[in-house]
Amino acid sequence: MGFFNKIKKKVQDTASKTSEKMSAVAEKTKKVLKIERLREGLTKTRKNFSDRLKGLLSAGRKIDAALIDEIEEVLITSDIGVKTTTRIIDGVKSRVRKGQHQDAGVLYDMIKEEIRNILVTSPSVEADKAYTTNPEDVPHVIMVVGVNGVGKTTTIGKLARNYREAGKQVLIGAADTFRAAANEQLEVWAQRAEVDIIKQHHGADPASVAFDTVKSAISRDAEVVIIDTAGRLHNKVGLMGELEKMSRVMQKQRENAPHDTFLVLDATTGQNAIQQAKEFMKATPVTGLILTKLDGTAKGGVVIAIAAEFSIPVRYIGVGEKIEDLQPFEPEKFVNALFEDKMDYEEVEVPVDEDDAINE
Amino acid sequence: MFENLSQRLESAIKKVRGQAKITEENIAESLQEVRNALLDADVNFQVAKKFIETVKEKAVGQEVKGRITPSQLIVKIIHDELVELMGATKTDIKMASKPPTVIMIAGLQGSGKTTFSAKLAKFLKNKGRQPLLVAGDIYRPAAIDQLKMLAEQINIPVYTEEGVEPVKLSTDAVAYAKKMMRDTVIIDTAGRLSIDEEMMAEVENIKKSVSPDEILFVCDAMTGQDAVTTAKTFHERLSFDGVILTKLDGDTRGGAALSIRSVVEKPIKFVGVGEKIENLEPFYPDRIASRILGMGDVLTLVEKAQRQFDEQEARDLEDKIRRNEFTLQDFLDQIRQIKKMGNLRDLLGMLPGMDKAMRNVPVDDKALVRVEALIQSMTVAERDNPKIINGSRRRRIARGSGSTVQDVNRLLKQFSDMQRMMKRLTKGKGGKMGVMNGLKAANQMRRARK
Ligand SMILES: Nc1nc2c(ncn2[C@@H]2O[C@H](COP(=O)(O)OP(=O)(O)OP(=O)(O)O)[C@@H](O)[C@H]2O)c(=O)[nH]1
Ligand SMILES: [Mg+2]
Repeated sequence: MGFFNKIKKKVQDTASKTSEKMSAVAEKTKKVLKIERLREGLTKTRKNFSDRLKGLLSAGRKIDAALIDEIEEVLITSDIGVKTTTRIIDGVKSRVRKGQHQDAGVLYDMIKEEIRNILVTSPSVEADKAYTTNPEDVPHVIMVVGVNGVGKTTTIGKLARNYREAGKQVLIGAADTFRAAANEQLEVWAQRAEVDIIKQHHGADPASVAFDTVKSAISRDAEVVIIDTAGRLHNKVGLMGELEKMSRVMQKQRENAPHDTFLVLDATTGQNAIQQAKEFMKATPVTGLILTKLDGTAKGGVVIAIAAEFSIPVRYIGVGEKIEDLQPFEPEKFVNALFEDKMDYEEVEVPVDEDDAINE
Repeated sequence: MFENLSQRLESAIKKVRGQAKITEENIAESLQEVRNALLDADVNFQVAKKFIETVKEKAVGQEVKGRITPSQLIVKIIHDELVELMGATKTDIKMASKPPTVIMIAGLQGSGKTTFSAKLAKFLKNKGRQPLLVAGDIYRPAAIDQLKMLAEQINIPVYTEEGVEPVKLSTDAVAYAKKMMRDTVIIDTAGRLSIDEEMMAEVENIKKSVSPDEILFVCDAMTGQDAVTTAKTFHERLSFDGVILTKLDGDTRGGAALSIRSVVEKPIKFVGVGEKIENLEPFYPDRIASRILGMGDVLTLVEKAQRQFDEQEARDLEDKIRRNEFTLQDFLDQIRQIKKMGNLRDLLGMLPGMDKAMRNVPVDDKALVRVEALIQSMTVAERDNPKIINGSRRRRIARGSGSTVQDVNRLLKQFSDMQRMMKRLTKGKGGKMGVMNGLKAANQMRRARK
């Protein structure tokens, strides 16, 4: 090999190594940013929740009934609900009894553990985090449902974008034909996500829009179909029946459609969220839950109640209005973001060389 | 999950039975139940706690008299207290002495601002005013189109301006209204989080620049524990004049109403009860009180029933049932009265306990019409004593009413089942409230409040 060739190779090697590292760093930055967004989105909840708990538990207090009452208050005011709160409190009490603890200082970690246990033993742990789909099901049809005003359309925009970034061709179906200008709103989101949309006129039959969308997805080999639906209150029998009709009609194209039905819940909703989940699950086979507007509430605790109560995973949470603010729900990270002031980024690893030039 | 509060109280209060006075000890458990019911209804924790204290003060020492059970007494005290906290029914909108009157609508994302803006415009138009709607949400995709489409349905103009930020847009809109002789300006604003400093400053600036005569805060009735914080923050920034509670057509217990009332001393002026523009109602404190307590909309039913039902008649009827003299003629009268009162399912759904019991029973008004026709084809003797209706009579009745013998058979079977059931209801003590008892209890409550 000639001298110049050697130099050339060296330069090439370095270049490719550097670019590898650059992309690893970029990857890391992205992950860190994501966790930061989660933390930021949960700021209000954390302040209300862990800061208050700390205040209660740090002043060298002894464990007694009054203190337990105060802890209960913190939990309930975070929308965790009476039922799940009781579960947490009972768990803490039995730990205290077993360990014969007296000092309140130990309770913080116990509460965290109890909540962690609820979340990591819930089905939410199993949720798909990578926007993968089953290659057998092309298109993979997702129907998005929920009561009025929870943020379905916005969530669909974000979902579409995330699937597209995961390399999938996405088609959106505008089956909210009821609300004024729902089509127009979804169109804007489709543009932002750079995916196509199928729609009909205002007032059209939503089942027909769903049918068209799946049909068109099949003909253009789109891998993911996301169907928006009109907001409906779960106690309206007729409207709930409509969801079933939509599914039936889509099944004429694809037997298993919809492969996923995501129920969107607004995190600022109180205990009615549980009622909503129950009723929607009765009406249609919900496969995943999405909690929106977590950044806007100090009461993110409803996530815990929901994860504890249902055998269906929380798939995504919305912690802000930007596209990247729809995040897969990862129980471990969520608990950390809820309890810790500082984040531990150790899990976000990046290969580092000794002779690492770009680190300087 | 949400058990009926009255049922829960019933069990908690068994111990109190036979005691003549309410004491701190004998209601402790009931109050705990009430507290949990309030929390399940999303009433703010502190608000619930304070509320329970007040109820305790009022209840302890009271004597339990006559036929009223201690649980009824407590429910009444709680209910009255709730109604009082909730304030009076108010739908007035402050009007400017010099037009145009400017009304600003604000609230969280998705709470129902745009829909309410259109509803209010229609409400005011019906009162003879000439509203102008202003599309102040320039951020959310298609928000302007949404308002335009709604406005078109009710024939009300919308003011928009391409690329102009909301503060200037609003002042321009007011000037435009003056020029066009529109006497009311309704500004729909973008949804915003109370923690979003920039957006909160914006809405404050809109307020400064147009000095609205009325600022309304729109709140989703399903809101949880955060309702208090949100309402407080909006109130601190805007000092609003009234609250609008939306989506009450759902099954939320609506504890947010109580929470908000107790942190801001402003009336709840309207409630949204559906997605259509006409689905707007005044706020009735006693209804929401029953609702928060999970008591069914007993009072609404009472109001409706009051208009139609002569109480004496009801009492006579109950006597008849007790003496097993309830005839097909009485049944027909009942059906007619029920028809006057409105949709049967709605009506039954309002009775405590009935909504669940009736959920799967197909109750349709058409069936009532058929029953009516059948009974009408019977002779007086037949109506009084269905036992005499033999085969040939059945065929005649079927022919006369344009139905089949099977229909007649079914009716007679249903009627005898019903007689049996009614007897059981009027006899049974401590069991589920019968329809008549339910009505009576509700009446008592209503009268006691007056
Ligand atoms: N069932 C029911 N739905 C309602 C009611 N009021 C509004 N909605 C629905 O709630 C959803 C949100 O209503 P909007 O009027 O768009 O709410 P908004 O506050 O203007 O929303 P943003 O501008 O996006 O913040 C829509 O689907 C409405 O149809 C109500 O009283 N009952
Ligand atoms: Mg709006």
